[in-house]
Amino acid sequence: LPAQDARSPPSQKRRTDDSTSTGDLQPMPTSPPGDVQSPGAADALFSSPPQFRHSAIPLDFDISSPLTYGTPSSRVEGTPRSGVRGTPVRQRPDLGSARKARQVDLHSDGPAEDIVATDQSLGQRLVIWGTDVNVASCKEKFQRFLQRFIDPLDKEDEDIGLDLNEPRYMQRLQEINVVGEPFLNVNCDHLRSFDENLYRQLICYPQEVIPTFDMAANEIFFDRYPDSILEHQIQVRPYNALKTRNMRSLNPEDIDQLITISGMVIRSSQLIPEMQEAFFKCQVCAYTTRVEIDRGRIAEPSVCKNCNTTHSMALIHNRSMFSDKQMIKLQESPEDMPAGQTPHTVALFAHNDLVDKVQPGDRVNVTGIYRAVPIRVNPRVSSVKSVYKTHIDVIHYRKTDSKRLHGVDEETEQKMFTEERVKILKELSKKADIYERLSLALAPSIYEHEEIKKGILLQLFGGSRKDFTHTGRGNFRAEINILLCGDPGTSKSQLLQYVYNLVPRGQYTSGKGSSAVGLTAYVMKDPETRQLVLQTGALVLSDNGICCIDEFDKMNESTRSVLHEVMEQQTLSIAKAGIICQLNARTSILAAANPIESQWNPKKTTIENIQLPHTLLSRFDLIFLMLDPRDEAYDRRLARHLVSLYYQSEEKLEEEYMDMAILRDYIAYARSYVNPRLSEEASQALIEAYVDMRKIGSGRGMVSAYPRQLESLIRLAEAHAKVRFSEKVETIDVEEAKRLHREALKQSATDPRTGIVDISILTTGMSATARKRKEELAQALRKLIQSKGKAPSLKYQQLFDDLRAQSDTAVTKEMFEEALRALADDDFLTVTGKTVRLL
Amino acid sequence: KRVIGANTRVNVVFLVAQNVPNADWEKKVTEYFKEKLKENNATNWVPSLNDVPVHYLKPNSLVKFRCMVQDMFDPEFYMGVYETVDPNTSARVLHFGKYRDVAECGPQQEIDLNSSQTVTSERQTFYCVPVPGESAWPVIVLNPRFYAYISASQARVSPSTSYTPSRHKRSYEEDEDMDLHPSKQKEQHMGNSCCSGGDIHGCVEPKRLETEAPAGHHLISPNCSPPLDLNFPLPGEKGPACLVKVYESWESFKVNDVLEVYGVLSVDPVLSIVNNEERDSSALDPMECMDTAEEQRVHSPPASLVPRIHVILAQKLQHINPLLPPCLNEEESKTFVSNFMSELSTVRAELLGFLTHALLGDSLAAEYLILHLISTVYARRDVLPLGKFTVNLSGCPRNSIFTEHIYHIIQQLVPASFRLQMSIGNMNHSRFTPRKDYTANRLVSGVLQLASNTSLVIDETQLEQGQLDTTGVHNVTALGNLITWQKVDYDFNYHRMEFPCNINVLVTSEGRSLLPSDCQVHLQPQLIPPNMEEYMSSLLTAVLPSVLNKFRIYLSLLKLLDYSISDEVTKAVEEDFVEMRKNDPESITADDLHKTLLVARFLSLSAGQTTLSRERWLRAKQLEALRKARLQQQKCVNGNEL
Repeated sequence: LPAQDARSPPSQKRRTDDSTSTGDLQPMPTSPPGDVQSPGAADALFSSPPQFRHSAIPLDFDISSPLTYGTPSSRVEGTPRSGVRGTPVRQRPDLGSARKARQVDLHSDGPAEDIVATDQSLGQRLVIWGTDVNVASCKEKFQRFLQRFIDPLDKEDEDIGLDLNEPRYMQRLQEINVVGEPFLNVNCDHLRSFDENLYRQLICYPQEVIPTFDMAANEIFFDRYPDSILEHQIQVRPYNALKTRNMRSLNPEDIDQLITISGMVIRSSQLIPEMQEAFFKCQVCAYTTRVEIDRGRIAEPSVCKNCNTTHSMALIHNRSMFSDKQMIKLQESPEDMPAGQTPHTVALFAHNDLVDKVQPGDRVNVTGIYRAVPIRVNPRVSSVKSVYKTHIDVIHYRKTDSKRLHGVDEETEQKMFTEERVKILKELSKKADIYERLSLALAPSIYEHEEIKKGILLQLFGGSRKDFTHTGRGNFRAEINILLCGDPGTSKSQLLQYVYNLVPRGQYTSGKGSSAVGLTAYVMKDPETRQLVLQTGALVLSDNGICCIDEFDKMNESTRSVLHEVMEQQTLSIAKAGIICQLNARTSILAAANPIESQWNPKKTTIENIQLPHTLLSRFDLIFLMLDPRDEAYDRRLARHLVSLYYQSEEKLEEEYMDMAILRDYIAYARSYVNPRLSEEASQALIEAYVDMRKIGSGRGMVSAYPRQLESLIRLAEAHAKVRFSEKVETIDVEEAKRLHREALKQSATDPRTGIVDISILTTGMSATARKRKEELAQALRKLIQSKGKAPSLKYQQLFDDLRAQSDTAVTKEMFEEALRALADDDFLTVTGKTVRLL
Repeated sequence: KRVIGANTRVNVVFLVAQNVPNADWEKKVTEYFKEKLKENNATNWVPSLNDVPVHYLKPNSLVKFRCMVQDMFDPEFYMGVYETVDPNTSARVLHFGKYRDVAECGPQQEIDLNSSQTVTSERQTFYCVPVPGESAWPVIVLNPRFYAYISASQARVSPSTSYTPSRHKRSYEEDEDMDLHPSKQKEQHMGNSCCSGGDIHGCVEPKRLETEAPAGHHLISPNCSPPLDLNFPLPGEKGPACLVKVYESWESFKVNDVLEVYGVLSVDPVLSIVNNEERDSSALDPMECMDTAEEQRVHSPPASLVPRIHVILAQKLQHINPLLPPCLNEEESKTFVSNFMSELSTVRAELLGFLTHALLGDSLAAEYLILHLISTVYARRDVLPLGKFTVNLSGCPRNSIFTEHIYHIIQQLVPASFRLQMSIGNMNHSRFTPRKDYTANRLVSGVLQLASNTSLVIDETQLEQGQLDTTGVHNVTALGNLITWQKVDYDFNYHRMEFPCNINVLVTSEGRSLLPSDCQVHLQPQLIPPNMEEYMSSLLTAVLPSVLNKFRIYLSLLKLLDYSISDEVTKAVEEDFVEMRKNDPESITADDLHKTLLVARFLSLSAGQTTLSRERWLRAKQLEALRKARLQQQKCVNGNEL
């Protein structure tokens, strides 16, 4: 077969090949192809000029013209070709690296194929040894699958630009023709719905079936696009084998089968060149021969076939063929791990272009063949370790978290729900009191605080994500932020811990222990590769989740400043050690703060009690106070609740746990499937609500609501609609949002001096009345100074005493200094030490 | 000599199984051993890896090991059944690979790796270490003979060599020789069918050599450059680490579980040789270098250092106190419990007196110490652990002798304990939480990787002023998490994993501890002994061993009892709480109710009562009031001082 000869360019050099092939299409050749090993190009210096000319030539031609010569590698050979016979086959080390003798060696043009090709009648009954696979019928079936498979209901994010009513894999082949990437990814699920038996064969005998698929795909492809030029023949890559399983459930039965597992990459080795074919040259007569690697060994020819000299054959390294290989360690993802056990790992071997496709830390779904290799027999020791080494030869990778960054929910998350589960959830959602039920199921060990639990429940669901990038406003925040403040010992931390344990992507940090770096991201030099690596902190890690921050008030200034960006823009900008980037941090923040004096002072405003900047506070949608209510009935219920904690039986505890699982599923389902939009009435209701809020203040000459509050209301209403699994935000949602918002405000924004709810406490850090008083005091002071006549300077203490004497309310030193500062700002006076000078 | 019997029987079972390949012999093996071990104290006859050094144990014999699962390795696929072929005669023989590391075959034979008869099976490897912080007394109690032997062999190291220890050694060798003899014959029997006797000799001979140069052996070995870190959670721990290979229901075991395993000891030196070969060849052949050298070192350490046990029987232990029957649900142990219950009150009184003396005459602190020692996390309500009772013993005199002796006393009472000296250096330089090392692919242990019901005594009197660095802050946070949530976050680099734990934490400090605690008891010494050292050490010698044993039973047993509250008492408690809140809403919070309920629980249990009575509730309240009054008083004193 010509394929044999065409394989000569060492695939070790594949990358430079790639760069030349793209170079063909660009007006400027980017780099001289360093194909040093190619025949007739012994010296790179001499080879580069003609190669330049070569690469420039195709520019003058129509690429698709049959006159165009082949790919760079073929051009070097100087043989113009096209069609299935012309495109080189590339070995598939992913299928054959652990070849065993009992398996028929198919893709090196084994006898099975030849027989099938020559003797059709006999071929009908011929199966590959050890399997029930008949090559001819298998090929035919797969071709039929490629030509006919249509699934208009199927939705995949890769499908952009595909016509769902046309055979999907034919469109894929067309794509290959255009793009030139000779890989055909086949969803095993499709194959299964098309032909159950073929699917079973694929799963059980991937090593035999996939080469057959390759043949089938190539035949169709070159039949249809005979002039197409590819780097090598198309390789079929099945993925999403239904046997998708957890690493833990792998067992000896899975050996040599096609499996899909998910996990996290923890380590990747450097590139290992693996010899595929050795090149020998006789030292005497210069006769050359090639030897294929069999089970990791080279059978070195001891006699030259040409001149019969013994031991004259020498290995020529740079004419041998290598393929790239990489060892990767995959660890099972944290979600799959049973509690109390350590994660399992499994070794992966990636070949050729799959090398370096994944980095440590990536979450991937891997489809591949599970292998068990006996530890090599050692001639010096008769006994052998009776243990096999296992690994997976990777055929297909699918990153799961790269999709997350694009805002699409994880496939694995969606997969979680079986049909019965969805049915249960949907039934639940129909219950009228579902909102109350869920809020009760939330942290049952924490007593009452129903409003807070409702708030947190809405936070867990979140608003709908809206994209306004085309109007220049960017993403709208869909996440709801909540701050809990209150007396120590009111189980704030417990609530945070609960939420952190409930959501899959939760993070828990304490303000005391975390630094800005720990929250955001930092740059680290990888000790092995000397590469700069971006390590992400809690906020980035909780993207699409909830970041619980305890002791929010203890956080230092610089750390807190990071939150400003996160809490409104939902991004994190990093400019450090030459890395400038913006990471998504679409996280909801649930924070807890203690009052500055150990006990909450009811005579002070929220801001005064917790001493947080109002710029930050205004970014919280809901601020709740968790205070210790003093009420006999409450005490009684609390006592009963606590006592029951201390003797309840294990089974009852188990029941509670079940509820937690349902709650978790319910939330996950709503988050990924329900995306409510505002209905007409709802928007009307929201507008009214906002106008009402504005009106309350306007009577007293102050602003009582800002657009931010309106946004909060929208988010809350959407979240409430999600609770009901409703695609539409309706008036009841708005009502509840309004109620909850008001409830929270009542707690946190009541001016203790007047007893009026005053939003400006949170937005500007000071209640309107307090501001008014400050202004009045400054005016009084100005008057006082002016009444003193034209004295250029005044004693500080004296002035203070005078003001106190004159004023009818108590004037503290702070208030006095504030007034002085206000006047200084007006350029009325300056304060130097103990004297006050007029200007 | 029953052990030998058991051993020979193993071989017999194997032999029988070999003749009948399809028999479900695997089940029979476990059943057989389960039966055998039930017979009159058979368990005591099986040598324990905990007590006997590895090089005194016969390879391939039955041993037991009491251990904690420190790490879990990946499951292993092995040849459950394999076939050997003689290249000359092409005679084929089937072998079983279960319970062994090495697929054996004679010198004239080869293993046929492609045989269709080959059955691949799966087993799981646990890396196990002796229970961290295990006290010395269980060993003495369990087996005085071994203890005498151990102390003797320790004495041997010292220059003044007496004759007795070497005689001890002698007797062991004799034992071994006798052991060896019958089994050798047996194995030669086996040789006829599967492998030649010569090979067995080949395996045994290097073993003999190793006995000559024990322990230090691996250091001299040229292949091991740095000594292997055996990954004990606590510093200064000795004892064998073991690779425990589990063949069934390994899903039920968790990290930090305490197990007792019975199994076949495998210390075949071939293991290490295979190892070295592999390492050599890996330099040549990139195919083989799936694992880093570091990983290989850790996952297949030399068998002389980390022996393998192929588990036949494994059980989780509820407790590791040898004075108690291992399982309390059985009939015979019920009589044990009821017998002990009858003398419970006297034991309690004696223990209280003993601890009062130890705490310099402070009976209130002694009372709380008892409550603390019998506390255990009995359930978790979502995130809230119930039943933890961390006591902060403040007011300890600022010299380490006192706190050290308190620890010694606790060590004498509980089966496992550890004293954590909370000095700046210690906090900054050691890692408390376990961490995954991805290059070696193992869980690097930390001080906080402890088995359930371990007593952790944190000595804060050691703390000076100074700066904590990042590790220090992490460690303090970890301690805080441990105390508040009874969980430890293990660091997996890319993520953290929570491991729930059940550790009794006692914090000794001068003032209020910087760590959280459930209740702070301020020590009020009634007497200041002129010589603290003498006073404290005389306390322990004054107690009769039999009484000490009763204390030990008392503390372990009460942890395992159930408890409930009747409806009436619930009502009463409710009333009480409401009343208290009415009188003093400022100082009584829900938290106080929590604490009082805890105190009441342990107070009832400490008296052997499994339900709360009204009297106990009042007594609990009274205790709490006394304790609070003392704290209040202390605050005043401090205020005056300032």
